[in-house]
Amino acid sequence: METISIIGNHKTKSLAEYAMQIVFTVCALVAVLAVAAITIYMITGGVPALFEVGLKEILFGTLWAPAAKDAHFGILYVILTSITGTMAAVLLGVPIALLTAVFLAEVAPAGLAKVVRPAVELLAGIPSVIYGLLGILILNPLMYKLEKIVFAGSDTHQYTGGSNLLSAVIVLAIMILPTVINISESALRAVPDHLKSASLALGASKIETIFKVVIPAAKSGIISGIVLGVGRAIGEAMAITLVSGSSVNAPLPFNSVRFLTTAIVSEMGYAEGLHRKVLFTIGLVLFVFIMAINLILTRILKEKEEK
Amino acid sequence: MKKKILATMMTVMLGAAMLTGCGQAATEETQSTPEAATETQAEEQAAAETQTEEQAEEEQTEEQAEEEQTEGKEIAGTVTMAGSTSMEKLANAAAEAFMEKYPSVTVTAEFTGSSAGIESVTAGSVDIGNSSRNLKDDEKANGIVENIVAIDGIAVVLDPANTVADISQEQLTDIYTGKLTNWSELGGADEPIVVVGREAGSGTRGAFEELLGIEDACAYANELDSTGAVIAKVASTPGAVGYASLDAVDDTVVTVSIGGVAATEENIKAGGYLLSRPFVMATKGEISEQSEAVQEFFAYLTSDEGKEIIKGVGLITVD
Repeated sequence: METISIIGNHKTKSLAEYAMQIVFTVCALVAVLAVAAITIYMITGGVPALFEVGLKEILFGTLWAPAAKDAHFGILYVILTSITGTMAAVLLGVPIALLTAVFLAEVAPAGLAKVVRPAVELLAGIPSVIYGLLGILILNPLMYKLEKIVFAGSDTHQYTGGSNLLSAVIVLAIMILPTVINISESALRAVPDHLKSASLALGASKIETIFKVVIPAAKSGIISGIVLGVGRAIGEAMAITLVSGSSVNAPLPFNSVRFLTTAIVSEMGYAEGLHRKVLFTIGLVLFVFIMAINLILTRILKEKEEK
Repeated sequence: MKKKILATMMTVMLGAAMLTGCGQAATEETQSTPEAATETQAEEQAAAETQTEEQAEEEQTEEQAEEEQTEGKEIAGTVTMAGSTSMEKLANAAAEAFMEKYPSVTVTAEFTGSSAGIESVTAGSVDIGNSSRNLKDDEKANGIVENIVAIDGIAVVLDPANTVADISQEQLTDIYTGKLTNWSELGGADEPIVVVGREAGSGTRGAFEELLGIEDACAYANELDSTGAVIAKVASTPGAVGYASLDAVDDTVVTVSIGGVAATEENIKAGGYLLSRPFVMATKGEISEQSEAVQEFFAYLTSDEGKEIIKGVGLITVD
């Protein structure tokens, strides 16, 4: 009896190769189809409400009263909260992350790096709801104490019990740390040694070399890390819905605020009719933001390749 | 030759297996956006439900046929309801359970608002008019009978350290509209009031604001999306005040009395507690004058099974 094998001879082998080629192509198309389907759904779901309520009323209205008799669907504060919240988280998180990356890539003694690196990796693996719970248990009570000190004697401030923009920003800043650290560290490590050697040979100190030679040389890698961090911060919902208070207010540090993501999450349960459609519109706005961030990222990476 | 055929078959099988895998990945990815998720899920569910429902109905009718033979009881017909949106959960839960028990009866419910529901039952276009308020005298004068099937009770809760034990209706209104901002104004400690509530669209929020007459006038510092979240926030924040369905309140928070009346089931049934409202299923004429299916529907709601359903949606039963 002859043995059976698909790699038995030239003809069957090429047939298998050809068949697999098709399988790979189909699998690759699945991802493309998914993106296309999501884009179509987001647009068909989100656009109708834009026409029903009016583009200006939704995007530039400041009053969010979706279930009221005289309903209003202004999401300007929600959009501004997402933008300021994300920017503040980046301003707070990126310097810490960048210095950590420098520490890991250039400064740290081998023993200490062995402790810090796994800690950073562990941070990346913690589910976002855990960040939220810790925020409720630790951050909110602390914030409430701070709030009472800052607004002592104020008649106009509405106390939020520590659920405010600042809490959300701190949680987001911690959440983007691992993303920015990991990508920046790889970028710093990829800087050729001869650049550093040249700088040191010219008499620059180690710190001068890091800030004037290594970081500028790794710039595009660090920026792509930051852009990814922005993407993570703007898309986060679970952690901040627990700590931000979820009332629609102007994005001031001690105000209870609602982000684009939490606006969808918190009202999807009971929303109906036009209210529900507007939630899809909020999803569309978020989608547009994230697409824009991705485009920026691809452009940065492209520029890097061209260099 | 034999070898070649086998090889081709195996490749095809391999390919098919991989394609199945890819197909699943696709649905998972599409579902990652909320909208896509709802739509695809809805479609899938619709497809799946039609199948299973058909099967289930067949089985049930068979079972029912047997039961009917033994019990000698046969109910067929329709029960139509219209009215209060607040009663949506109760009406749907009751309708589903009732139809499961009596498959030859069709129960339909529309949610048009309390007054619209009573108008419909007065006009005779539906069997039952759902109303989340007591009937007015002129409505009763039209021959509409008020059948209270359940009571909705809302408790006002404070953090355990708060010394305030009673709030008047006026004070509660002022707290939620932002006029009172410190517990010292209510005889408590010098602690700011943190106003906690539910998100827009929530039935509890709708009922609370409606009973106090402060619809769309509330200044919330926290708008949380579940009863559990409200209780957790109130329990952990000094000076917080929140509201929740009475049955959901646990001992991590304290319940205040309103205008001297404590939020207990007894007080709610007696009618003295402010933050409660009856769920009325109004009929034109007494229940005994209704069709057999409607009579059986009311009998079902007062049975032990029906009481379980009422409690299941967070309401208080009437004895």
